[in-house]
Amino acid sequence: MTEATAKLTVPLAKPAPPLPAVADQPLPTTEPLITTKDLSLFYGASQALKNVTFDIPERLVTAFIGPSGCGKSTLLRCYNRMNDLIDGVRIEGSVKIAGQDINAKDVDVIELRKRVGMVFQRSNPFPKSIYENIAYALRLHGIKSRSELEGIVESSLRGAALWDEVKNRLHASALGFSGGQQQRLCIARAIAIRPEIILMDEPASALDPIATAKIEDLILDLKKEFTIVIVTHNMQQAARISDYTAFFYLGELIEYDTTSKIFTNPAKKQTEDYVTGRFG
Amino acid sequence: MSAVATAPPPPSLPPPARPGTSFRKHQFRFGSFFFSGLTGLATFVILAMLAIIFGNILIMGWPGLSWGFITRGTEQDMFDVNKAGVLPMIVGTSARVILMTIFVIPVGVITAIYLTEYAHATSRFTRIIRGAVNNLAGVPSIVFGLFGLGFSISFVGGNLDAAFRSSNAEPLWGKPALLWASLTLAVMTLPVVIVATEEALKAIPLGLREGSLALGATKLQTIIQIVVPQALPGILTGGILAVSRAAGEVAPILFTGAAYYMATLPHSLTDQFMDLGYHVFILSTQSPNVERTRPILYATVLVLLLLTLALNIVAILIRARMRRKMRMLH
Repeated sequence: MTEATAKLTVPLAKPAPPLPAVADQPLPTTEPLITTKDLSLFYGASQALKNVTFDIPERLVTAFIGPSGCGKSTLLRCYNRMNDLIDGVRIEGSVKIAGQDINAKDVDVIELRKRVGMVFQRSNPFPKSIYENIAYALRLHGIKSRSELEGIVESSLRGAALWDEVKNRLHASALGFSGGQQQRLCIARAIAIRPEIILMDEPASALDPIATAKIEDLILDLKKEFTIVIVTHNMQQAARISDYTAFFYLGELIEYDTTSKIFTNPAKKQTEDYVTGRFG
Repeated sequence: MSAVATAPPPPSLPPPARPGTSFRKHQFRFGSFFFSGLTGLATFVILAMLAIIFGNILIMGWPGLSWGFITRGTEQDMFDVNKAGVLPMIVGTSARVILMTIFVIPVGVITAIYLTEYAHATSRFTRIIRGAVNNLAGVPSIVFGLFGLGFSISFVGGNLDAAFRSSNAEPLWGKPALLWASLTLAVMTLPVVIVATEEALKAIPLGLREGSLALGATKLQTIIQIVVPQALPGILTGGILAVSRAAGEVAPILFTGAAYYMATLPHSLTDQFMDLGYHVFILSTQSPNVERTRPILYATVLVLLLLTLALNIVAILIRARMRRKMRMLH
């Protein structure tokens, strides 16, 4: 893989504030927010990522696609250092967010995770009330006032398009809600602490089509404020919601470009075969 | 090409077997009949034993139970059914069990948290700790009693006295006491609490921990605020098992705190105490008239059983309340 295919062209001058991307129009180019350079990751002796190099732009949706085991979730978990939890993981290369090397020795992983939120494949609300699910992290980060907490809980639930459904049951257990509502609660919980980046690991893969559509609408809405990186198995989903798409295969970044280019006129045969459903 | 053309057709599967035309039973399967009978019989034997033991105690002990019996001490006559009572023993046994719970739960829970959340599952050190915990569970209870006497009373208590009390004063710490008996029982029941807590912690999905960490919580915050509250019912199960095990044990407290007779109820940690289990032993070995003592003996055993049941019911109610609170559906 040459660098050229994977490198996003970035103007040197500071660009105008980004506009929401519209299909068929050239995408706004923005400053890269996440810079991944020569990233390799090993689980013990086996290599899960091989020299991945590319830039993720600010306030757009970037989708990672590829067959199971291609390393896309592993890469996603590099951006908030969730792989730290796994024994025997070794990383080479660098990941920079807004210019800072997140694997540097002096990086506080707590501060990193406040700025890089995550939504998981299986919705994982805490066995607490809706309110407490959101207030939990806010309290940890020092917000104590009740009125302030209530305000953020409401705005986050509105932000996750969940407020109207739960406003009368804020103190009921989160576990009593549907899978789609639970997943939107997890999104509300993530946006409550105002991260810059939200990582989503197949957030809709366990949901029915209606709940999935709600999550997709929400993602399009969230990108006005947040940079979103999403792993998905669903090619239509990647095509519908993302601005940029990265295709991974066996731990390598095969192709990275605008979503319309990847889905209509990919440069690599492997990408074309995958997006047209010939393999994977 | 010709090889392909002349290749024999692939072998076809034989037609499905048709052993008989009917699905009706045509054979008595002795093995399965015998085995299911055996399992039923084994269950019946256990239930029957239980019924005989409890039935016997209930029938023989019930007449001896009276308000006087459970509110008197033994100061008038220990062996006369109309004058004896078990209040000091109820107090003593309850106190030692409750104190033991207070000692064993924090230590057991913290050990289990270390083993599941912090220690590397495969490290040599972890395996040594686990081995030690399992071995602790297998130690005979009289050995705990001797350990309590040798270590707690003679060594710890003796040194406390030597350090803080004048040399000619009565020993305060270096003698059998409620404190040492409870601590000895706590050491004995530690494995029960550790294993139950570990199981409860392991059952909590990784996703919950990840969800908390991904929000910028520290590992400690995640454990205290997300993981342990979820594990509380399991931890309480460990507590219930520990209470059940400890309530009836006599051997560990024989040298460490139980008294043959006390004129007053224990009112400090350094007091000795009378105990239901030990009292049963006294009644059955020290009575001058076995026939006359028998009703008290049965009644005392019944009180011990009821007390254990009551302590268990309290713990089970707390656990049920916690589970309900956790679901919080309304």
